[in-house]
Amino acid sequence: MQRIGVFVCHCGSNIAATVDVARVVEAAAKEPGVVHAEDYQYMCSEAGQLKIREAIKEKNLTGIVVCSCSPRMHENTFRQAAERAGINPYMVEIANIREHCSWIHKDMEEATEKAVILARAAIAKVTLNAPLQAGTSKVVKRALVIGGGIAGIQTALDIADAGYEVDIVEKTPSIGGRMSQLDKTFPTLDCSACILTPKMVEASAHEKITIYTYSEVEKVSGFVGDFTVDIRKKARSVDMSKCTGCGVCQEKCPSKKAPSEFNRGLNTRSAIYTPFAQAIPNVPVIDRENCIKFKTGKCGVCSKVCQAGAIDYDQQDEIVTQNYGAIVVATGFDTIKLDEYDEYSYSTSPDVITSLELERIMNAAGPTKGHLERMSDHKAPKSMVFIQCVGSRCADRRGKSYCSKICCMYTAKHAMLIRDKYPDVEVTVFYIDVRTPGKNFDEFYRRAVEEYGVNYIKGQVGKVSEKGDKLLVQGVDLIDNKRILMETDMVVLATAIEPNKDVRKIATMLTASIDTNNFLTESHAKLRPVESPTAGIFLSGVCQGPKDIPETVAQAGAAAVKVVGLLAKDHLVTNPCVAKSNELFCNGCSSCEKVCPYGAISYEEKEVNDHGIRETRRVAVVNSALCQGCGACTVACPSGAMDLQGFSNRQILAEVDAICK
Amino acid sequence: MLRTEKEQAEIIKEISGVNTKKCMKCGKCSASCPAYDEMDIRPHQFVSYVQNGDINALLESKSIWKCLSCFACVERCPRDVKPARLIEAVRLMVIRQRGGNYLTPNEVPELLDEELPQQLLASAFRKYSK
Amino acid sequence: MQVENNKEFRPKIVAFCCNWCSYAGADLAGSSRLAYPADVKIIRVPCSCRVNPMFILRAFQKGADGVIMCGCHPGDCHYTSGNYYARRRMTLLFSMLDYLGVENGRTRVEWVSAAEGVKFSTTMNEFVAKIHSLGENVRLEDLRCKN
Repeated sequence: MQRIGVFVCHCGSNIAATVDVARVVEAAAKEPGVVHAEDYQYMCSEAGQLKIREAIKEKNLTGIVVCSCSPRMHENTFRQAAERAGINPYMVEIANIREHCSWIHKDMEEATEKAVILARAAIAKVTLNAPLQAGTSKVVKRALVIGGGIAGIQTALDIADAGYEVDIVEKTPSIGGRMSQLDKTFPTLDCSACILTPKMVEASAHEKITIYTYSEVEKVSGFVGDFTVDIRKKARSVDMSKCTGCGVCQEKCPSKKAPSEFNRGLNTRSAIYTPFAQAIPNVPVIDRENCIKFKTGKCGVCSKVCQAGAIDYDQQDEIVTQNYGAIVVATGFDTIKLDEYDEYSYSTSPDVITSLELERIMNAAGPTKGHLERMSDHKAPKSMVFIQCVGSRCADRRGKSYCSKICCMYTAKHAMLIRDKYPDVEVTVFYIDVRTPGKNFDEFYRRAVEEYGVNYIKGQVGKVSEKGDKLLVQGVDLIDNKRILMETDMVVLATAIEPNKDVRKIATMLTASIDTNNFLTESHAKLRPVESPTAGIFLSGVCQGPKDIPETVAQAGAAAVKVVGLLAKDHLVTNPCVAKSNELFCNGCSSCEKVCPYGAISYEEKEVNDHGIRETRRVAVVNSALCQGCGACTVACPSGAMDLQGFSNRQILAEVDAICK
Repeated sequence: MLRTEKEQAEIIKEISGVNTKKCMKCGKCSASCPAYDEMDIRPHQFVSYVQNGDINALLESKSIWKCLSCFACVERCPRDVKPARLIEAVRLMVIRQRGGNYLTPNEVPELLDEELPQQLLASAFRKYSK
Repeated sequence: MQVENNKEFRPKIVAFCCNWCSYAGADLAGSSRLAYPADVKIIRVPCSCRVNPMFILRAFQKGADGVIMCGCHPGDCHYTSGNYYARRRMTLLFSMLDYLGVENGRTRVEWVSAAEGVKFSTTMNEFVAKIHSLGENVRLEDLRCKN
């Protein structure tokens, strides 16, 4: 017979304000098997845990129920407390009377009644709990970083510096990501390439880092400590071991009409190309869709001019299979499509550009060699208008509900740089709010206004239309309550950012959760911000939420520390709540094997003693190291032989009964 | 029947179906409005006037007769607030209080002018009747 | 949506929530203080595929007025494919329940992610309202289980 102890937490007033804790204790004490029930201010505190340990010893408890916050918060705390008092940690059940009760109900009577029922269900369950022993699994001491932007590079460097092998998988032909496209960075106006390139070089030279560019993650299986990943190395059509990076092929390539992805389509590139001068690796790829040789079979100029004989038109995609202990997602962002924002004339006027396009125009290696000019007639503008929050903070179907966070600052940066370099250009910024939470951020914005004379007008622009070779901006000044009709030469849209479009595919492969905006969900919004709820998956950079470069680098480091903490372990304690087959009931039908996503179930010819009858039967055997405890097999089993430890049929039925009583 | 301004504000919200709390005060409605210069109370102000229960000023406002019902503000509002519906609701309230139609279908033919766009008639009909 | 307070009828509603998405979604609804009626009691399961149709039958047998199962969105299952199994099983079970005379509205499957506290709350409000409109469930009670 079990001896159950029930511990009801006040959680200060979080629970006690709406749940009559004393009544829960009183009701719990009457449940069968309960020999001890008490309440305390904070059960999770050291003093609260001591109460649990003492009660276990004094009353010889075999199992405990803690009525408190979500098990996702403190289940481990109480399991450890139980273990310290000498009972098996899996003899603990939590009744969630905070998140699922006191916080959502206002009526004390109702909430107390519900808390009593939740406690009753947990008591019914724990009565049927059995001690479980956790096993161990190995840790492959190698990490994978998906995405080679600043987030991925920094994470990889930090992991590698701690002495572990890291692979970076980058989709494009070079690492560097969005940061390599930026000209200057706020709030200190460092040249982006000047601070990024050394990191790129360091990553490529690091003996512990392997970089797969022009590659994508194709398949992921396994679990924390031992993921198996297939990486598709797309055919570069250039032999990386032979290419010297001389660049002659790119010069001589006759096909030069493909829009340059790196320059956001503002100019074109050759079919054989490296995205930018400092690309790492400095080995071009052939874009087969635009290559004349691949389209018509005739050309082969690059092959003829290549002194190293590196061009290989017959190269095939290659699949590399590698095992990893941890995976970091650092897939970054893109700007949203502006097709539906007709009122800003982005699709119709080449002089209406996004801020990322302006970065390329301002950059010395960009389409205009760093000269500020209009894309329509290449004339220098005399006046420019910046429009904030284009697609950010929107409740409609066209935009995003969140603030993109970086736009206020980069717009101040652009405005300041333009006023500095071209003092005769009038710069006007239309804003809704200027958001500058960050070190030296507000000072930076104020400098743009006070020292550089940037004209900030409060009020969203209603319409941008073409008027001759000018643009007509129609807006209002909400402070003056006046109509503004302004002719200008260029309009720059602070376009909302969104997670890279491939992230959903990757999240599905990793079974990592993702929110409605396609940002990856962190394990806890405040306390576990770089971990996915899926063990062994970590988050770095904008894939988790909008952030600027310093925040990205900080998060990248944090993710690396979490990875290192995992890889430093020799083995991991596995979840003992795994499936187990009762060989007496098993009829060897293979139903369970078919539904198992982990291949954890196999069949053995086993000698079974069925009530005195000894015979050899084909029975299911669960490999507890592979089983993740989903329970799919338990429902598939027609004979009821397969059950899930910790969530057994009897336990769940007991909960159902207790709730419906 | 006399109502307080607060009650009237609730009626306007009910008729229009507009939740004024959704407004983030960006001013894009006014920025989009072709009749902005004609108005004494501007579209974005309609939202905050209703929110603050300042209804008498709106009932007196000439803006409700200047609004073209073009719905540019509804189309472009990033927060889906629909200011034109508020204006229409205020207009409706005035018409109901005065208890009469300002425009009946019979009067339309003599108002016709070849220069007039079709939409003007439709919106005038929407504005001056109910 | 607010459910009318009908003192006479307090429905018994069992919600099976998978640990990774929906239970976390329910936690988020709680920490965001998004109210739903106290009639809903949540049972935590590792995955929606752990929900044996037997559990739902038992709930109805024991006097439940409604049963809702929540899992990760299709494609987002923590165990890759568990919710697909659950979806098929529930489709079969619900049509069988319908055949037995338990109205379709008393059962529901909803996908709620860990980030969807609002969805969890609105789903529960809707579901409880639906059960209120259907009234007490009298169809599937095993007389042997009654005291």
